[in-house]
Amino acid sequence: MRPLKSLGRSFDKYWYGWAMAAPVVIVMLVLVGYPFVWGLYLSTTNADESNIGHDIGVNHIPPSYKSVGLHNYWDILSGNDGHFYSTLTWTLIWTFVNVFFHITIGLGLAVLLNRKIRFRGGYRLMLILPWAVPGFVAAFAWRLLYNDNGVFNSVLKYFGMHGVQWLAQPTSAKIAVIAVNVWLGVPFMMVSFLGGLQTIPKELYEAAEMDGASAWQRFRMVTLPGLRPVMMTVTLLGVIWTFNKFDVIFLLTGGGPAGSTDILVTHAYQIAFANIRQYAEAASYGVVILSMLLVFATVYRRSQAKLEVQA
Amino acid sequence: MSARRGAGIAAIAVLALAASACSSSKSSGGASAAAKDPASVKGTVTWWDTSDATNEAPSYQPIIKAFEAKYPNIKVNYVNVPFADAKDKFKTAAQSGSGAPDVLRADVGWTPAFAQLGYLQPLDNTPALQDASDYMPGPYASDHYNGKIYGVPQVTDTLTLLYNKDLLTKAGITTPPKTWDELKSDSLQIKAKTGVDGTFLDAASYYLLPFIYGEGGDIIDASAKKITVNNATTLKAVGIAQDLIKSGAAVTDVTKDGYSNMQTAFKDGKVAMVVNGPWSTSDDLKGSAFSNADNLGIATVPAGSVKAGAPVGGHNLVVYAGSKNLDASYLFVAFLNDAQNQATIAAKNNVLPTRTSAYSDPQVANNKILSAFEGPLKSAVGRPPVPGASDLFTPLDTDYQAILGGQKSAQDGLNDAATQFAQILPDFSKS
Repeated sequence: MRPLKSLGRSFDKYWYGWAMAAPVVIVMLVLVGYPFVWGLYLSTTNADESNIGHDIGVNHIPPSYKSVGLHNYWDILSGNDGHFYSTLTWTLIWTFVNVFFHITIGLGLAVLLNRKIRFRGGYRLMLILPWAVPGFVAAFAWRLLYNDNGVFNSVLKYFGMHGVQWLAQPTSAKIAVIAVNVWLGVPFMMVSFLGGLQTIPKELYEAAEMDGASAWQRFRMVTLPGLRPVMMTVTLLGVIWTFNKFDVIFLLTGGGPAGSTDILVTHAYQIAFANIRQYAEAASYGVVILSMLLVFATVYRRSQAKLEVQA
Repeated sequence: MSARRGAGIAAIAVLALAASACSSSKSSGGASAAAKDPASVKGTVTWWDTSDATNEAPSYQPIIKAFEAKYPNIKVNYVNVPFADAKDKFKTAAQSGSGAPDVLRADVGWTPAFAQLGYLQPLDNTPALQDASDYMPGPYASDHYNGKIYGVPQVTDTLTLLYNKDLLTKAGITTPPKTWDELKSDSLQIKAKTGVDGTFLDAASYYLLPFIYGEGGDIIDASAKKITVNNATTLKAVGIAQDLIKSGAAVTDVTKDGYSNMQTAFKDGKVAMVVNGPWSTSDDLKGSAFSNADNLGIATVPAGSVKAGAPVGGHNLVVYAGSKNLDASYLFVAFLNDAQNQATIAAKNNVLPTRTSAYSDPQVANNKILSAFEGPLKSAVGRPPVPGASDLFTPLDTDYQAILGGQKSAQDGLNDAATQFAQILPDFSKS
């Protein structure tokens, strides 16, 4: 009774606060909560397009799917579906390599552009451009570059070499999708780091210089610690985004050749929306992906918090 | 997993006209407003056309204008949807109950599948079926499901061997290859003498069918309810395709742009032969290699060790069951598909009409390209009349690509395809 009473009292006192928040809470419940719960429920059934039930014009088809318990999860996690572990491995490689290059290249460019150089504004503008290009436009543009008759092959042929079918072989296709995503993601990291760099007090550098620290030492001892809060946030964001980066892979290769560039989300999409629509299985994939990201985020935040305490 | 689609697919009857008592749809009744008084029908008909947006779509505009002139109360909302996306897009819209078109141009393979899912309106006793006896029986069969008629055939087609006559002549070849063996040696000869690639093979599994039919096989055996995609016959057929590519006689492209790269290469004279259907010829004729239309050769697909065979394809006009403008949709389907409009479209787009009477129309009879398809169409092989059949190509595409790309052996790839097939057709046995 206690909490209820105090809740009631808080409502009496702050009713306007509750009233203000209500629309947002309701919208969130409808837009996020309902689909999430529905997805959880679907993942324990055998729902697909033929048994989900629908009313179309004169046709009334009653739902006929039934509960299968955790069968879908078992199917995925035991490797029975034949795709999960290979796709997961590639998803992890994809995420790690992308975030690694995003951060190192982004950081490098930020440090360069933070100095006083001529045409700094121009460089910043040019480097931010990929970010301004919508993902799908970038993907289609790169697809043209990678095409058999595209720019890359024209250059190769100009020098008398054979053209490469970039997107036709698993390895080159994997390198190709990573290259495009690195190109797309670096600007955000660069801008974040630029912002972070500007918050580091100049006095620290001056003091370090007085103490005779070399450029590398100043970078390691002043810049990197100063960037830690930014670094932590962008790494977390970067991992989550990249893990679920749908558009680049879907539009560039469609997961091909033969599914070799499919990451978990594009694979889940294909289960749900390409060919026979296996809603239940796709929902289970969604839950598995969400759980992995939740675990990662929790562990990552904990470890960072520990580092902060130590520092 | 295997019980997933049990109830639905177990009930599949072969396209025979066995009337079924447990049909889930009720007929809208014969006495629709459209039949009684067409002039009174009002509304907007949204039509998803899946023909090629640049080469074929413009031919429909005058016909739509004529329709709107004849029925001033009906407006047509023309939407061109790329063929490759149309199936998924329609399913998404139909399932969610919003955004689906009133009329769709559906592949012959999709029609029974959509009907089984309850997405299509039966057309029995509606004006949409006017002069139905005039339709060629083969294409019309794809509109029948569970004793009802769910569409009308708009065009029919089959795969053929299209070739660049100049390039063959330059290489000293007088007649197009009649077997895959000849295609191989001719292609190598073309490459040696002219420097261009001999053949461009599309890596989609639909284009694998002529190889399989050529050995006397098929991907499934509908009457015996058996999955045959991984048997020895199919394996041999895939081996022929593999060998063409490995030996350098043929090139392929397993990327998303494979089809358009094939078309570009053929149009520009960078490859001498392709296996493709009549729908592609209006695009071919825009290329520099075929500025003289007579340079485009059309022949039956090469034969394997048993016969020459290519799949019967084509498109139907179907009406969405959730359409708010059913009467207007029936009238639109009837108008678009009357013999004269069929003949006009056929002649302009070089596609084959489905009405017998359209063939006597001078526009069709005098079209050299269309008459060249008559022979190949005669030897074409009908596809298995099973609603799930069109869904088989998606998994087979992936495995065929993996085989052609060297990531899987032919046997492994086909076995994987058979496993996927078993999920789509749970009442079929694996061989």
